[in-house]
Amino acid sequence: MSLILLSAVVILGVLSSLRVQSAGWPRFLTTGLHRNLALMTVVFLALHIVTAVVDPFTHLGWLVAVVPFSSYYRTLWLGLGTIAFELLAAIVVTSLLRGFIGPAAWRAVHWLAYGSWPIAVIHGFGTGSDSLSVWFLVLSIACIGAVVMAVVYRLMYRSGDPLSAARTEFRAGVARRPDR
Amino acid sequence: MKTEMQLTIDRIKCDGHGLCAELLPERIRVDDWGYPIIAPGPIPEHLAQHAQRAVAACPTLALALARIARSK
Repeated sequence: MSLILLSAVVILGVLSSLRVQSAGWPRFLTTGLHRNLALMTVVFLALHIVTAVVDPFTHLGWLVAVVPFSSYYRTLWLGLGTIAFELLAAIVVTSLLRGFIGPAAWRAVHWLAYGSWPIAVIHGFGTGSDSLSVWFLVLSIACIGAVVMAVVYRLMYRSGDPLSAARTEFRAGVARRPDR
Repeated sequence: MKTEMQLTIDRIKCDGHGLCAELLPERIRVDDWGYPIIAPGPIPEHLAQHAQRAVAACPTLALALARIARSK
């Protein structure tokens, strides 16, 4: 469930930079869904982490939720999960504090999304208790396919900003000014 | 002293995403390049909440609500 949500959030993020819109799908819907689903993902992940930690079968302890690779049990796979969650936490916190840290820093941290998502996918395959069952494979492949498609689309069509080229040129021109 | 709310736009930050015009069409429309044109004057009471939503939705934090002293 967390993977589906996280994938949807990544796709919506990509779509918002493409400025997708239609008569029935205004632009604020893309970013609004992106924000709300992202917060929902955090809630689902919190549940996932709490239930994993308190599970008496593995005796994980709370340190595992914070320090990557500190678990004796499936060290690598759980460590990846911890990293994916911490990257996501960094993205959410900087997004909530966007007004204070400024758009440039926010944007830099937001690129971590492209790190968090694949790490989460690998974590799911590595340690998911159902990772060999058909429904898990179908779901995971659907999520991977959807995100890859969105990213390829994004790379093919660049930004949806009609003035993107002009803006880049202008900023390069400003940077080249000898009196600065 | 009475204050009133006014929308301000930072033209340097604005990239013309156009969300503000979708959320507050009563006060904001976009030009041919997708950049906002904001109606002059204070935000009326009944639109205050919608204006705040438009400000919160701005992807580049270019739109802001400023509280100014009422000029009389």
